[in-house]
Amino acid sequence: MTRELNEVYLVDAVRTAFGRAGQKGIFWLTRADDMVVKVIRTLLERNPQVPPERIDDNVWGATTQWGDQGLTMGRTTVVLSGLPVSVPGVSVDRMCAGGMTAACFGASEIAVGAADIVIAGGVEHMGHHPMGEGADPNPRFIAEKLVDTSALNMGMTAENLHDLHPEITKEMCDEYAMLCQQKAKKAYDEGKIQRMIAPMTVWTENGWKVADTDEQPRPNTTMEGLRDLRTPFRVKGRVTAGNSSGLNDGAAGVLLASGRACEELGLKPRMRLVNYAFAGVKPEIMGIGPIPATKKVLERSGMKFDDLDIIELNEAFAVQAIAFMNEFGMKFPDDPRLNKWGGAIAFGHPLASSGCRLMAHLALLFEEDPSAKYGLTTMCVGLGQGGSVIWENVQG
Amino acid sequence: MADEVVTQFKENYVNTRAGKIALVTMDNGFDYKKPNTFGAGGLASLNACLDRIAQEAEVKALVLTGKVFIFAVGADLTQVETIKTSEEAKAVAQMGHAAFKRLMDLPYPTVAAINGATMGGGLEIALACKYRTISSGVTALALPECFIGLIPGWGGTTLLPKLIGPEKALQVIIYNALNNNRMLDGKAAFELGIADRIFEPVDFLDKSIEFAVGLLEGSEKVERPEPDFSGVDALCDAAKGFADSKTHGMAPAPYKAIEIIRKTGSISVDEGFALEDEALGELIISPQCRASVYSFDLVQRRAKRPVGVPEGFPSPVNKIGVLGAGLMGSQLALLFLRRMRVPIVIKDIKQEFVDKGLAYIQGELGKMADKGKLDRNQIPWLFGLVQGTLDYADMADCDFIIEAVLEEMPVKKKVFAELEEAVGENCIFATNTSSLPITEMSSDLRHPERVVGFHFFNPVAVLPLLEIIRGEKTNDQTLVTAFDIARKIGKRAVLCKDRPAFVVNRLLIRMMVVNWDLVDEGNTFQEIDANLIKLGAPMPPFVLLALVGPAVGMHALETLAAAFPERYHVSENLRKLVEMKKPGVYGPDGNVDPEYAAALKVAEPPKKASAQEMIDRVCEAVTEEIDIMLREGVVAGPEEIDLCMIMGAGYPFWNGGITKFLDYSGYSEKVLGRKFHPDK
Repeated sequence: MTRELNEVYLVDAVRTAFGRAGQKGIFWLTRADDMVVKVIRTLLERNPQVPPERIDDNVWGATTQWGDQGLTMGRTTVVLSGLPVSVPGVSVDRMCAGGMTAACFGASEIAVGAADIVIAGGVEHMGHHPMGEGADPNPRFIAEKLVDTSALNMGMTAENLHDLHPEITKEMCDEYAMLCQQKAKKAYDEGKIQRMIAPMTVWTENGWKVADTDEQPRPNTTMEGLRDLRTPFRVKGRVTAGNSSGLNDGAAGVLLASGRACEELGLKPRMRLVNYAFAGVKPEIMGIGPIPATKKVLERSGMKFDDLDIIELNEAFAVQAIAFMNEFGMKFPDDPRLNKWGGAIAFGHPLASSGCRLMAHLALLFEEDPSAKYGLTTMCVGLGQGGSVIWENVQG
Repeated sequence: MADEVVTQFKENYVNTRAGKIALVTMDNGFDYKKPNTFGAGGLASLNACLDRIAQEAEVKALVLTGKVFIFAVGADLTQVETIKTSEEAKAVAQMGHAAFKRLMDLPYPTVAAINGATMGGGLEIALACKYRTISSGVTALALPECFIGLIPGWGGTTLLPKLIGPEKALQVIIYNALNNNRMLDGKAAFELGIADRIFEPVDFLDKSIEFAVGLLEGSEKVERPEPDFSGVDALCDAAKGFADSKTHGMAPAPYKAIEIIRKTGSISVDEGFALEDEALGELIISPQCRASVYSFDLVQRRAKRPVGVPEGFPSPVNKIGVLGAGLMGSQLALLFLRRMRVPIVIKDIKQEFVDKGLAYIQGELGKMADKGKLDRNQIPWLFGLVQGTLDYADMADCDFIIEAVLEEMPVKKKVFAELEEAVGENCIFATNTSSLPITEMSSDLRHPERVVGFHFFNPVAVLPLLEIIRGEKTNDQTLVTAFDIARKIGKRAVLCKDRPAFVVNRLLIRMMVVNWDLVDEGNTFQEIDANLIKLGAPMPPFVLLALVGPAVGMHALETLAAAFPERYHVSENLRKLVEMKKPGVYGPDGNVDPEYAAALKVAEPPKKASAQEMIDRVCEAVTEEIDIMLREGVVAGPEEIDLCMIMGAGYPFWNGGITKFLDYSGYSEKVLGRKFHPDK
């Protein structure tokens, strides 16, 4: 029996506010799975045409999959969200690209005709699950020199990237970071970011509070302030807390549907998935990952970089963003195509959730600019990977 | 007195599209196991919080909620005993009214988001808000005040009828409270009109805040039916009749609440609050309230940590045996099966008895499934755990065996002796005797240390009490395991010494002796029943006798008469009743059985006792008996006597079981020259 592949559309993207990880963060006493539930319920409330029993899968990514992120969260959150028990669920892991992978996994299910409607997303409560928590790296990594010891420390991989690209200075990174904070503040002031955030009432030491605003942004960042920050990963290093993303708690998710389902249910899709690709790089310079991933997806799609009107790049570190810009000939420090509303340096990077945050930005940027035809969401991944997804604007 | 655990009122602000909303959390800093309560400190915190909010610019609305799983469960009862005068009591009422009134008077929308358990003052502070949302996950909402000798006196008695009308308010304040403090769930409270909106628990506060935003924007409109006071007098009269049937006029609180409710339709809120102040001024210092708070504490706290249980780890119980497949044995097998879900062997001497017991168990499991208390698909598996047998050998690997055979010492000794040949030496033997001494029952066994008394109360599924009796040789491990089993089967166990008839039966039978004396002297059964019901038992004494069965009652009395001939004796009229095999003194029509009436032999001319004399004689006898029991060390203290009477005989909270009543009615001082509970 032959079949045609189905087109996949992103109908909506929502996230929680991103909190600071740790006891002072607003989500410290909130469970990761409850944050996922908030995203799922908000997606369905915003799209009431979708009958819950029509959801064919609930796919969630997280880097650490135990405790409040364990027990196959894709399935637990079906039950916790009040979805019909007939809805299946799955958890996936590609570290930082967990949410991106979840969306691609769900998209693939739709593409091959295994599903019509999928909820996908990522969550990371880095307060409850610090990076590398519970990990037991195989001693062969070091004994056989498979990777350098620095490969497991993301900040050190960013320093490695500086070594590889001596043309990218700390000052450039600081400038990039400051602009990022400014762009994020402007977007907040204009009410852009609030549109994608689901306010969530959360329990804290001081009673219930509503988490409706990201805690990470530092809109008053100055070059002077950035200059004097410590470089915790190396003596006289270049990577600081100011030109890196933070340690954060957050969840983000998307509602995906086949063209047929959009038509049948009257859903207004925001963008069409063109293609995606993941690519591996040396773990010691994992930040370079978006470059080969983007080249790969462009090639498979028969497209050139200049066909892309909007780029949403996850800024794990400024150096990694600048390396990407240089590779593709983008204008430093503020190419208008790149992260128009700011990036992870301002909003934070709750690992697996970030991929779907990028999609939320892109979907709304497409809405603002109907002339923009194609967009890219791309990010680097710990242990040396990159992920890139090309989308087409269908909000003409 | 324990220090108040202060519930703090903590405000945060939410910036919504409709403006700034104050989100106020009530939180005493502990988890749900220690719910939020209000004392002077809590009310002060509310006042301070409202002061701070008044300083905040541009507040458009206020949402009040609790901590996780708990809204608030009302006044801090530990403070009640410190209040000595009516003036102090009234001041407590006024202090609550003043604080809640501030909330009522706020010039903007106020929403109580009832997120969890809500009782008494917790519901009253919610009623002080203009709107209420409730979570469908709420399982316990009530105004239990009348159950514990108070009225909802921080606004509830006035505001609830004004909100939902007198009929529904009486349901909550009177009927539910006096029906053993029945709780409403979120859905029921919403349907009664107590809350304006109901939301799922998963995002209840998000939705409640959104509701407040909707109120500000005008997109949410609350329409409530006008309360109908037209039938208020008839409704209040009916409620009064109900209170009579429950309290026999012995507890003043429900009557005071009813009288305020009667007026609420025609008086202002302030006038209602003034009436509540007056009522609480009297009730807080009333002995019934003190006794109720005492009872509440006994049942909530002391019963959960039985006094005198040794330290240690219980032995595993993986298989249970029941000797005797009669009604008691079958009920016990069913209870162990349901609660412990382990293999059960039920043995009797004839296959037909075994079959009948098994049929009973299967039938009861089916009834539970009918009521939705058991998954019907589980019945074949669950019933498959039960094995009927005629052979002790099938009990060889039991860890715990309870006997429910004939209440005769030789029979009990015989089955235990036979059992000991069949089972391992660590198997615990429990006896469901109601009056026989454990020590004697186990005296011929090789391992008497394994024997313990397990005295259940009929009906087993309803009455929570289990008297656990320690024989002279019962060892600690047996007791630790026995109490663990009691907990697992959902019973409240009280440790008793091996003295005849233990606690409940010893006292009820002592009362029965006086009752039969009154009969012998020429008082009628109806006179005695009508007067003694006022002591608060759930049924009159001669109705209880029919429930127990005259033969069973007399049998236990004979045991006591043998042990304490100076205080217990069998009336010839009782003996006659048993000989005639009558099920009770009354016939099916409620009159004394005519055959039995003809056979009665009473004093001629009759020596009639007044109502007061009857009550005095019963109470004095019971006072004497309790004192003797405490000196014998039957239980740890008067608190355990009261726990037994509340949980095993259904005695009311406002009597404090029984010893508090004997204290506040003067019997203990009259008989003993002192109180069971010395004044502090």
